Amino acid sequence: MLKQTEGSHAVAEAIALCRPQVICAYPITPQTHIVEALGEMVKTNELAQCEFINVESEFAALSVAIGASAAGVRAYTATSSQGLLFMAEAVYNAAGLGLPIVMTIGNRAIGAPINIWNDHSDSMSMRDAGWIQLYAETNQEALDLHIQAFRLAEALSCPVMVCMDGFILTHAYERVDVPTQQQVDAFLPAYEPRQILDPADPVSIGAMVGPEAFTEVRYLSHHKQLRALGLIPELATAFQKQFGRDSGGLIRTYRSEDAETIVVALGSVNGTVQEVVDEMRADGSRIGSVSICSFRPFPLGVLRDALQHAKRVVVLEKCLAVGLGGIVSDGVRKALSGIVLNGYTVIAGLGGRAITRASLRRLFEDAERDELEQVTFLDLNADAVSHELERESKARRTGPTAEAILRRIGTVASRIG
Amino acid sequence: MFQIRIHGRGGQGVVSGAEMLSVAAFLEGRFAQAFPSFGSERMGAPVMAFCRIDHKEIRSREPVLDPDALIVQDPTLLHQVDLFSGLQPRGYILINSTHSFDELGLGAFARGVGRYRLCSLPATELALKHVGRAVPNAALLGGFAAVTGQVALASVVAAIRQKFPTVVAEKNVAAATEAFEFASKAKDTIDA
Repeated sequence: MLKQTEGSHAVAEAIALCRPQVICAYPITPQTHIVEALGEMVKTNELAQCEFINVESEFAALSVAIGASAAGVRAYTATSSQGLLFMAEAVYNAAGLGLPIVMTIGNRAIGAPINIWNDHSDSMSMRDAGWIQLYAETNQEALDLHIQAFRLAEALSCPVMVCMDGFILTHAYERVDVPTQQQVDAFLPAYEPRQILDPADPVSIGAMVGPEAFTEVRYLSHHKQLRALGLIPELATAFQKQFGRDSGGLIRTYRSEDAETIVVALGSVNGTVQEVVDEMRADGSRIGSVSICSFRPFPLGVLRDALQHAKRVVVLEKCLAVGLGGIVSDGVRKALSGIVLNGYTVIAGLGGRAITRASLRRLFEDAERDELEQVTFLDLNADAVSHELERESKARRTGPTAEAILRRIGTVASRIG
Repeated sequence: MFQIRIHGRGGQGVVSGAEMLSVAAFLEGRFAQAFPSFGSERMGAPVMAFCRIDHKEIRSREPVLDPDALIVQDPTLLHQVDLFSGLQPRGYILINSTHSFDELGLGAFARGVGRYRLCSLPATELALKHVGRAVPNAALLGGFAAVTGQVALASVVAAIRQKFPTVVAEKNVAAATEAFEFASKAKDTIDA
């Protein structure tokens, strides 16, 4: 059924259609609306046979989800930013134990400086924890990916994070097609656990593993994700058959087949990138883009196929690997191992900085002329930066950096974009 | 594509206004996107929300930088925010005020360069009269429908009824309807 609704609400409806039995919730902006909506659905019995557990922290939220999953039920939670960091130990445990929990990340920056707005620093910080990570381009895809995520997680006994851009998607109203319960039931079978804490048939889960077997257990986690590289496209095809929509998969290409310049990005910014690709194509540029949906497992093979004919690849990243540059770029470069082309990393949209069509167009035109640095910070305020560096070079006690930059930049409430 | 930027202050229903507008356009079979640009989420702080309406899927996620219409829920923002930034020539400005644009000292400017189409609407007064609270968003949407013709009043009314429980919805519907009538009367002057 077509609806005009908030992204968070669309995701909550998708989760409810997946019949979770335990939902653990601890509020943090910008994911809060999702668990709020689910809380209401449980209370009104719209979502029946589900326990909604309010916990005291994010660490508890995922720990309770781990317990529930180990007891053999379908478990779900959601978080953002610092919340994900606070549950970090449990994030690794859920994957290490092979528990198919699904968790939404409403992507948000990590402090300090404290910032509630969108970037990918939170989910990227957990990229190697053993979870599958899928990034949604639109609210429709966020909804669809959650339905695929439970099936993927349970097929592999591996937890899945569905990442959606905070505010940009979570708080955006747009058209979504919400499937029927019948459709979802036909796509997502009842959960059949591979392991279960059952008093009638006792096992222990979470053994201490020494050097004699640790590598083997770890290797099997890696192997699981390599299997996901095959399973994710299969599920996208099965989803297409059941629901009539293209959603998910490893990557999606846009006008890239004959492109000399290809932009690679994750998440909602791909829409804006495609707009700019169309504008520049109309003016004769040979430019295209590739959206990475599955960041873990990282789709080395299909990316190589999609990018290898290009003259240059621009990786647009909403996260900074401080002291290195880009995180996604590393994977892209690995995918292109042995192929000679120009690779550029662009850090954009940090802490909610708007990524505008105008800025992207300037950036891509610079790239076409190969006039980009290896690492570029989109729309960096060079004046504020050099002023601060100069100040710091002249005195010792210059005080806190963030406050000084804010003073230099002045009031921002008056600005648009 | 038709793009709208709504300016107001936290607590005035700026975000709900953009959401309802997107629902109204959706109900007419079009694609619409509404999203907020939160500041620090305080009551009274300047807040912006955006709405795009189109006949095809909307892909861009950038803030509305070049609007076709501005809705100003709080005229005191005139001195704080770069409200008219990017407004397209012949763009619409709906302002919540009992004063005309000339009385606000903006008439000559706004009719000048961009030949903007101006509508001053006492939305807070209408909200106080019908809703009993100073929430001007529904009234301004009624005025928006009248002035721009982008959505029908019936769609705005349906969107309001989706958003609020019946009693509150009907009060807001009354405010939007009176605002629609008010703005309709001024339409010829506005388009001149």
